[in-house]
Amino acid sequence: MEKRFWNEYQKEIADDHYFYERSCIRQTFFPGSEAAFLRILRDELGKDICDNPHQHTCTGIGYHSDVVPFETTMTVVARLFSLMTECGYENYVPSCVTSFGVFSEVLEKWEHNPALMDQARQYLWEATKREFKTPKNIVHPSDVIYKFRFELKPRMKYQLINRYTGQPLRVVEHIGCHYAKIFPDRGIGKAEFPYVLAGMIEAWGGTVIDYPERRHCCGFGFRQYLIQENRGYSIANTKKKFQSMEPYEPDFILTNCPGCNMFLDKWQYTIAEMEHKTYDKEGYGIPVLTYEELTGLLLGYDPWTLGLQLHQVQCEPLLNKIGIVYKPDEKYKGISGRLLPRPERPECLRQD
Amino acid sequence: MRNLIDYLKQDVRIDEALKACMNCGVCTAICPAAEFYDYDPRRICDTVQRGNEMEIERLLKSDTIWYCGQCMSCKTRCPRGNVPGELISVLRKASQELGYFSESEKGSQQKQLMNTIERNILEIGYCVHPDRVDPEYHPEQGPIWEWYRDHIEDIAPKLGANYHGDGPGALRTIPETDLEEVRRIFEVTGGNKLREQVCGEEQ
Repeated sequence: MEKRFWNEYQKEIADDHYFYERSCIRQTFFPGSEAAFLRILRDELGKDICDNPHQHTCTGIGYHSDVVPFETTMTVVARLFSLMTECGYENYVPSCVTSFGVFSEVLEKWEHNPALMDQARQYLWEATKREFKTPKNIVHPSDVIYKFRFELKPRMKYQLINRYTGQPLRVVEHIGCHYAKIFPDRGIGKAEFPYVLAGMIEAWGGTVIDYPERRHCCGFGFRQYLIQENRGYSIANTKKKFQSMEPYEPDFILTNCPGCNMFLDKWQYTIAEMEHKTYDKEGYGIPVLTYEELTGLLLGYDPWTLGLQLHQVQCEPLLNKIGIVYKPDEKYKGISGRLLPRPERPECLRQD
Repeated sequence: MRNLIDYLKQDVRIDEALKACMNCGVCTAICPAAEFYDYDPRRICDTVQRGNEMEIERLLKSDTIWYCGQCMSCKTRCPRGNVPGELISVLRKASQELGYFSESEKGSQQKQLMNTIERNILEIGYCVHPDRVDPEYHPEQGPIWEWYRDHIEDIAPKLGANYHGDGPGALRTIPETDLEEVRRIFEVTGGNKLREQVCGEEQ
């Protein structure tokens, strides 16, 4: 029997009563995904999750760009924990993988060096007169969806099956580096056999593609993308992944990190414009979905409420493969119902 | 003359970042930056470990420490439990505090980051926000991004966002009372001081 290595590396994921912390990048590029996550938890699973209006950035992008000192970041984290404490929650769920890494780093440093946590308490008190408790459980929202993947399955209208061939869809899963590479014990399957997304794909009928650069970084690189002159680093690393996955002909890419999702989508457009190259056979590009979008789609949520129209690589070929029923005319309508002017069509990335 | 090794040791992170490096080079083998730049994290660990003050000063003034992308793949792989990516953070912080960052092209880019990411945090409470991702500076975002920005008030609510609204939700306006607490944290913990060291008094 095949040995399932990931089975040896599990972690505790709280069952209910979560404190949700929003992601700067997710809110910016794919706000529909965060709305979908809350809807899935509340409406499908009947869970309690707090969306606190007083939260703010964890400073993670600034920390890894070296414009925010560690002492500042750990105290901002302490303030976020104080909001959780104030609301009576103990299970912290940060939407962003960078945040997840930052929280894990702060908690580990406090554990190794209790004087540092005392310093954070002093800083926070001096700055805000606030106090905090550390979370009992801290997981990424993709962990929560993973935990309930089999509970969600009977509620799903669709499966990851190609309706034209009857075969499982072939999926590339890309896990954000800061999910398990920094603190392997905090990721399902650790860094070697991360199973958080693969578990969803397999539970919902698809098959996972294993390819040589599966664990390579998406290329974000913080300052390597944020500074325009440095972006060659970012796109070169993403291109390396596309070249590696191309021969396996993936139907789509699934991500759990907000940044990775944006880069794997937008760099396909850029590479197409620069080199007239796409990594699928038909020239559409490979659709890139967030795990919230995928879960919502299979549950039958409207693709245009999930926000799939914000992806540069168009999703319709994938929706058609799964057999998802959708209204093409609704794609470019706003909340008012007004049909908005259509976006400009890319020159080299095909769309119908 | 300042002792740079002692200076680096003041950073709470250095004990975990560099315990004992045996120069195996696995960090360099896995490093995305090493594939793109003339960059070798093994040599950086070695330079700091050897403790030669002149070499460390040269490193702090170089482009080299600014090549890392902070993916932290090195942490997973190091057989000795070092974290070269974290050592880079320690070196970058020291380079900024000591004013060495401005002697390299890549280091000088920190001013741009202070004036975008750090400013975003202090002004609106987000590192990144759609209002501040200008298509002119982000051509890679493509026409969909321009379309979204042009019609965000009509599209964002359809996606469940609370764009510039009060109360909870994605892209809400963060209350001034909360922002003020974040700003005080920056003042108390040295965040503002670091900005002054990088941008000067005028900012």
